Amino acid sequence: MSDPNAIELILNGIGGSPGICIGKAYLVDKEGVDVVRKYFIEKGNLPDEIKRFKAAVKKAKDELEAIIKNSHEELRQQRYILETHIVMLKDKMLYGRTIETIEDERINAEWALKKVVSNLKSMFQNMSDPYLKERAADIVHVSDRVMKNLVGAEPVNIADICKRVILIAHDLSPAETSQIQLEKIKGFITNRGGKASHTGIIARTLEIPAVLGLNQATRIIQNDDLVIVDGTAGTVIVHPREETLIKYEEYKIRYEEYRAAITRGSYLVAETTDGFQLPVMGNIELPEEVVSVIDHGGDGIGLYRTEFQYLNSSVFPSEDELFDKYMDVVEVIAPKPVIIRTLDINGDRAIAPVSERDEINPALGLRAIRYCLQNPEIFKTQIRAILRVAAYGDVRILIPMISSYDEVCETKRILNEVADSLDKEGAVFKRDIEVGIMIEVPSAVIMADVMAENVDFFSIGTNDLIQYSLAIDRGNSEVAYLYNPLHPAVIRAIKHVVDVAHEKGIKVFMCGEMASDPIYIPVLLGLGLDELSMNPQSIPAVKSMVRSLNIEDIKRFMKDMLKQTSATAVMKLVQDTYGSILYDKIYHE
Amino acid sequence: MYTLSRDVVIINELGLHARSAARIAKLAQNASSKVWLVKGKERVDASSVIDILSLACLKGSKITLKIDEESDIDILNEIIELIKKGFGE
Repeated sequence: MSDPNAIELILNGIGGSPGICIGKAYLVDKEGVDVVRKYFIEKGNLPDEIKRFKAAVKKAKDELEAIIKNSHEELRQQRYILETHIVMLKDKMLYGRTIETIEDERINAEWALKKVVSNLKSMFQNMSDPYLKERAADIVHVSDRVMKNLVGAEPVNIADICKRVILIAHDLSPAETSQIQLEKIKGFITNRGGKASHTGIIARTLEIPAVLGLNQATRIIQNDDLVIVDGTAGTVIVHPREETLIKYEEYKIRYEEYRAAITRGSYLVAETTDGFQLPVMGNIELPEEVVSVIDHGGDGIGLYRTEFQYLNSSVFPSEDELFDKYMDVVEVIAPKPVIIRTLDINGDRAIAPVSERDEINPALGLRAIRYCLQNPEIFKTQIRAILRVAAYGDVRILIPMISSYDEVCETKRILNEVADSLDKEGAVFKRDIEVGIMIEVPSAVIMADVMAENVDFFSIGTNDLIQYSLAIDRGNSEVAYLYNPLHPAVIRAIKHVVDVAHEKGIKVFMCGEMASDPIYIPVLLGLGLDELSMNPQSIPAVKSMVRSLNIEDIKRFMKDMLKQTSATAVMKLVQDTYGSILYDKIYHE
Repeated sequence: MYTLSRDVVIINELGLHARSAARIAKLAQNASSKVWLVKGKERVDASSVIDILSLACLKGSKITLKIDEESDIDILNEIIELIKKGFGE
């Protein structure tokens, strides 16, 4: 029983998997493995020491195989991870090097393994990508298992847990998580790990709340303590008071209702409380992804990126190959619309080996429509495939990287030429296809009124527009903090484009990442965007956000917002005005 | 010395992460000679998961696979196909 006099304690970590749960703590200890002795081995005994190491690896492999055999069917993710660990056991960087170290330095297997692992760990921890950084954990898990066998420590048996608990650990290895009988686990708390850690991935797959990266969790929390895990907010409450408990029981119910509601609602139209309907579409790259758009309730494909077919071959794709790929998408999504964006890279570079003709600054170089207009035959092949597939559904064409009106005219000329030749050949195709341009270069924003005369729609690509407008390379960590969709300059640019387009009677869509975050939706509705397109997983939450908004309220909010002079001020205003919609469903008193 | 190389772009969302690297390594381990994985100026042994991970190949990275023996051509092609399919993820 937890001590009735204990003080309520709130710990903040990383929300690894959303949801709320309340239960008793169960600590998983992993002590004993860290204590490793170093000693020298006589030359004559080295073969035996290596044999001892090999036996420990073999045992680790057998153990992992046994876990895979006995693990739950539905845990595919975890089986893959464990299979990866089996491959790693014999990896020359781990296995080979440990044996070499034993021989070269004449030291015991434990110390050699520890040395090799700590070198590998530091190599991974210096990587900038968060996912790869956390792969150091894989190496540690693998070596821990071998180490346990070397030192003969008793492994913790999580399979023996016999009541519904919240699991608390320094870090859970995939092997450990797969031994757990899931129906007994309500939530996860770990000292280590971030969103991309295995525990995070697995908790999300299983929809079990998790708070990770709490540092001191295993020190502060005792076995059988009453604990609240709020994976949505990333908070853990230890020894909650009665009021807190009642409050969180309520939050838990609301969270479950909220989840059920947004999932149920994903198939319905996104309509504001005063009747404005916003089509919410999905972005795709591979034809197969169209299924995910449908599953998440997308109203069509707002951006079909076509680079893929060019990147994966040593020759340019043929018209028929392209037609088949486009058809896969059009057929499945019809009668809903598909916006096909023409090639958005430098095709030569995609196909030729890396070293040839590297541009110093590819973002400002020969790419997208610039490349296509310089290589009209490659462009025409793609246009022919698009016009042909347009006969089978609602297909629109989108031209990327437009920076001058001449490019629009030239593109239209080529379109007509292609249509004429298809006509002459007697091909099945559609001539009157809607043609739109990407607005992602500041010159296109400034010239939007002229552009609007000659196209059927605009689609704002926020990622590039922000990068080009603010002169920030998002991939450069020195300046990435300056990248902000709510920068007043970005807001004004979007506003200008929408105002001008609506004046000329054409629609404006948005297909950048900005469209996928529910908190930006009031701003985008306020700016007057006609359609949004995003990664399929974001569709239900965006639709749900739209439904809780009211256009009249947003108009008042926009008056204030347009007066703001900094991104921080805009964000604060958005949070103060609309943040509650996202959180109040769960957290209101 | 015989060398044959093929270029490929990583398309799966997570890049060459632990599981995909392990699948490459498993194939490369069957080769009669070395299979190399090259990214930019760096070259690693494709039979080592950890070596592959150390290259940090994210989605969109362009890599080259090289073999030293003609007899390993099927393994090379198999690895290329696997990467092209995005590891079926």
